[in-house]
Amino acid sequence: MNNHNENRAPKQTLTGAELIVRLLERQGTRIVAGIPGGAALPLYDALGKSASIRHVLARHEQGAGFIAQGMARVSGQPQVCIATSGPGATNILTAVADAKLDSIPLVCITAQVPLALIGTDAFQEVDTYGLSIPITKRNYLVRSAAELLRVIPEAFRLAASGRPGPVLIDIPKCVQNEAIEVGEWPAPGRRAPVPLPATEDIERAAAMIDAAAQPILYIGGGTIASGAGAAIRTFADRNGIPVVSTLMGLGAMDADHPLFLGMLGMHGARYTNEALDACDLLIAVGVRFDDRATGKVAAFCPHAKVIHIDIDPSEHGKIKHAHLPLTGDVAAVLDAVVPRTRARPRAGWRAEIARLRATCPLEMPGGDDARAPYGLIRAVARAVGPDAIVATDVGQHQMWAAQAYPFSRPRQWLTSGGLGTMGFGLPAAIGAALAAPERPVILFTGDGSILMNIQELATAVEQGVSVKIILMNNQSLGLVHQQQRMFYAGQLFGADLSVAPDFSALARAFGLHAWDLGDCADPEAAEQMLTTALAAPGSVLIHCPVDYAEHVLPMVPPGAANVDAIDHTASTTVASTKETRHAALA
Amino acid sequence: MQPSRESQSTEAVLELHVDNHAGTMSHICGLFARRAFSLEGILCLPVGDGSTSRMWLQVREYDRLPQVVLQLEKLEEVLSVRRLPESDTTFRALATRHLDPEDHTAADDST
Ligand SMILES: Cc1ncc(C[n+]2csc(CCOP(=O)(O)OP(=O)(O)O)c2C)c(N)n1
Repeated sequence: MNNHNENRAPKQTLTGAELIVRLLERQGTRIVAGIPGGAALPLYDALGKSASIRHVLARHEQGAGFIAQGMARVSGQPQVCIATSGPGATNILTAVADAKLDSIPLVCITAQVPLALIGTDAFQEVDTYGLSIPITKRNYLVRSAAELLRVIPEAFRLAASGRPGPVLIDIPKCVQNEAIEVGEWPAPGRRAPVPLPATEDIERAAAMIDAAAQPILYIGGGTIASGAGAAIRTFADRNGIPVVSTLMGLGAMDADHPLFLGMLGMHGARYTNEALDACDLLIAVGVRFDDRATGKVAAFCPHAKVIHIDIDPSEHGKIKHAHLPLTGDVAAVLDAVVPRTRARPRAGWRAEIARLRATCPLEMPGGDDARAPYGLIRAVARAVGPDAIVATDVGQHQMWAAQAYPFSRPRQWLTSGGLGTMGFGLPAAIGAALAAPERPVILFTGDGSILMNIQELATAVEQGVSVKIILMNNQSLGLVHQQQRMFYAGQLFGADLSVAPDFSALARAFGLHAWDLGDCADPEAAEQMLTTALAAPGSVLIHCPVDYAEHVLPMVPPGAANVDAIDHTASTTVASTKETRHAALA
Repeated sequence: MQPSRESQSTEAVLELHVDNHAGTMSHICGLFARRAFSLEGILCLPVGDGSTSRMWLQVREYDRLPQVVLQLEKLEEVLSVRRLPESDTTFRALATRHLDPEDHTAADDST
């Protein structure tokens, strides 16, 4: 490769701000989302002259962070968000923390007061570096324009390499203004290659898989990050191994694949958690044994040996002992392990799984009625087809969508898993639409969550993106009410949203078209309205009234074992026993 | 060797008595980072039952030293701050021991 010539350029004098823009262009950045302010003005002045970077003006810095996340989740490439110093920086940090917990590659640029003013409580000064330490993979406070030549490519490399994550670069205004002479450009920062585990370990994994009678593949967000969807499907098919997924892994496997058992854990189907209880080998791939997935850890897969494949070695043994920890890019590790195993149908184990599936299936009451939560989600999926990208907010609607949506592709599903941030959905959906303008983008949201970043409707309209918003309005913070009913003796407190705006009118005020499923007398009319609304051009809001007493079931009480889930039959009787209440408080 | 006039005038050692809780160290380091004060060296040892600690900070901030002390005193967990005389050798002794591979003072201590 002739990198050297490509990086050599006639000497030029550039300001730090111009350098930043050039370095972003060299990274291939096409869209950045942000909001300017005093300390960021030199950067914005330079951005305004870029021929190849489009700036998306968010209406709140958290929106900018989540727009960049939406682009990153869809493309798999690091994406950029920008905020000014002080309040701009503090506003954007929630989106940065969210990216950390879900391992999303993000480069967050914050402006800072001039170096000479740092430490003086200057106007809009906040210790962004200090605030971002625990929520970034790496953070920088840049002290000279020359440092940018190293820091920016390094930030992109770190965001994308190993376990992806957010990197924050705090750039003082004087550094943006400092002019330096540049003769040679650094190579753009790219994902670094990851070595394979030792051959003995790969062979041991294959031997353990061959020795297992009842193995299960437990897949998570790491399979999406590594592009391991095809490897997982091949493995499952070839070896007759059922697959369970975390919230973050949905889409890696077709939802209707006969070996797919859906989401495990707190809101997983009973048969899914029962199958895990019975397995003798857990092949954990790109997962971190999150408490929402494992339930009470001591009771999680109690009879199983564990092979844990992850790119981040610090995940091994963090929660559960791995008999065989394998460090590496999970797709590459699977490609090395699988051909060494014996292909077999495992008819007996599959028959046992089929029996469990038949005796304790995922119940979806109202699945045929587009006016009920499950029916609505299925009807939307039918109307938009398999090409759609699906974003959610956080709450009951999110879990219903996770349970019922027929996912068929990695990077189809955008949800805030680790941090569980209400307000994620709308800006993430806008980011998805910017990154993949050819695909339909759906957002399932709640009446609580949508209001947390409602201002981004203005961004959606301004940018001309097409986001179809399914607002499931149960006039409450539904998931809070559900837990209060189940674990706090039914005292509903602090979570009523019955005094609310007219959401359809609100959407129209922002310039969207709006429909109301509440106007439909029967399921046919509702399905008809959905089809019409989802086919309409531009962004639309479909207001969907949901009974405020609906629950997401099954539900494992926090702290309880997954097999002790409360389901539809038990939810009315088991609610708020002493034991579950205790568990919830633990 | 006599320390040069210059090093005497730019470096100071502060001795702090602090509450010993999980965030203390991070609050003190955070203060230096946030205020752009330069912190060259840090030593910390528990006192008595461990509910408080003594901390020594080597600081290269001659002009702003009074401001550094005031900011440190403002932290809730800092009980007292005292500047040690320039003759204090706490850091110098450690630094020379580390730098000189022939110096076995550490091992000799036990004999
Ligand atoms: C920023 C933030 N604040 C609080 C919570 C806690 N929380 C989790 S779900 C939920 C209710 C969500 O309500 P809504 O968006 O209406 O969805 P629903 O559960 O009703 O479907 C709350 C308050 C959260 N996840 N994120």
